[in-house]
Amino acid sequence: MLCDDWRPTAPIENIRLRAELLAKTRQFFAARDVLEVETPLLSVATVSDPHLQSFVTRYNGPGLPPDTPLYLQTSPEAAMKRLLAAGSSSIYQICKAFRDGEYGARHNPEFTMLEWYRVGFDHFTLMDEVEALVKMLLDLDCEFERVSYQVIFERYLGLDPHRASLDDLMRCANDSGVFTDLNEIEIGRDGWLDLLMSHLIEPHLGLAAPLFIYDYPASQAVLAKVRPGEVALAERFELYVTGVELANGYHELCDGDEFSRRFERDTLQRKKDEGFVPRINRRLNTALEAGLPESAGVALGFDRLLMLAAGCDSINGVVNFTVANA
Amino acid sequence: MGTYSTNEFRGGLKLMIDGDPCSIIDNEFVKPGKGQAFCRVKLRNLKSGKVYERTYKSGESVEAADVMDTEMQFLYSDGEQWHFMEPESFEQHAVSETAMAETAKWLKGQEECLVTLWNGVPLSVAAPNFVELAVTDTDPGVRGDTSGGGGKPATLETGAVVRVPLFVNIDDLLKVDTRTGEYVSRVKN
Repeated sequence: MLCDDWRPTAPIENIRLRAELLAKTRQFFAARDVLEVETPLLSVATVSDPHLQSFVTRYNGPGLPPDTPLYLQTSPEAAMKRLLAAGSSSIYQICKAFRDGEYGARHNPEFTMLEWYRVGFDHFTLMDEVEALVKMLLDLDCEFERVSYQVIFERYLGLDPHRASLDDLMRCANDSGVFTDLNEIEIGRDGWLDLLMSHLIEPHLGLAAPLFIYDYPASQAVLAKVRPGEVALAERFELYVTGVELANGYHELCDGDEFSRRFERDTLQRKKDEGFVPRINRRLNTALEAGLPESAGVALGFDRLLMLAAGCDSINGVVNFTVANA
Repeated sequence: MGTYSTNEFRGGLKLMIDGDPCSIIDNEFVKPGKGQAFCRVKLRNLKSGKVYERTYKSGESVEAADVMDTEMQFLYSDGEQWHFMEPESFEQHAVSETAMAETAKWLKGQEECLVTLWNGVPLSVAAPNFVELAVTDTDPGVRGDTSGGGGKPATLETGAVVRVPLFVNIDDLLKVDTRTGEYVSRVKN
């Protein structure tokens, strides 16, 4: 029998839809005077986030020492922040990002990301812009909902995510029918919050209308500003549409010293989890010390947006060749 | 005893969970963009037939169940147990109602089935992917309709009910896909 695995998994109308939505996205940013940029996919350094695994390849040729490891970017964040620090003003990019180990109905290890940065915005003004773009691309006319991380946990689980003990979180998972052999040490408090969020809350989010969650625990700030208070909160947001996590944004951390501290913490975590640390982006650190302008930035999974636009349950309906038949 | 990493999880893989052999029905990769990756697995306990979910941290290893799939011929059912025979050794195995679960309704006798043994005890039986069975009851056929659109239910000689095109009549021999429970085609008697 003739093998059929040379064929694209996405129907031709979805391949056309991609081209159409890419064109509309570029028009959207052109009308708002946001500059399209390109940054390298390969770099000698990679992200420090312990939850992201980079692909690595090797370069042999002029310009770098023999056999230099080069990492494929997990997102264009580092390079785009270096442009911002150099005075680029507001910028956007549509590019491929690569994450080892991620494959499923909503994941492909190589995927398309739309990432943009707005100088002078905070996370709320950026949410307005994300809303305008997604409304236009998905042809929606409803208001998007905005709910804090705390309220969403209270709404679905009756639990305060900032004050609940680790025992409370584990008991809540078990009582709600999420069974696992994991203990508290293996994934930590944030791991349990992620488990509750992904198993018990996410499937309900953004069903009636798309929904932003904002004000994350400070421990999940990544590179967002942390606002001090009785409970310190990260000025970070995520957008959910019909149970799908679509975008993640920050009111950007500009403080170089704080950046170094988080960087240090991630490095220690990676050493503990994996026993080694990939080379991490020192040039980003220097750029932040030179001064990142006050800004907000967001990354949006473009393939997932296409899944929503096309009504597909699986990413292979919108990516013509996923890793399984690339 | 071997183990499987969550990266090897796929439908049909057999694992030991809390001392019982289980088969993976479905495996979902769940990962927040900024956070811990999990595998959310739907399993069937092969002893009790019960279906449940379990969550693993991505990359975790789980003990493999020492099960063996063996081709056997279905002989007969005595009402309580289903009897199978290994074609090489002529060794016979009696299979319980629970282990027959979704399979019983496709078998009339003589079929080659895949029987899953755990410590020598049959746990589950998979029917052949395709079976040919006669229609014992359905609404009268509609002449000239070969489109297959719409359709109607038909009862087969084993008691299974499948959706068939309107042109199908009583006594027609049908080819059915047992994995989906769907009609494939008519077979010439």
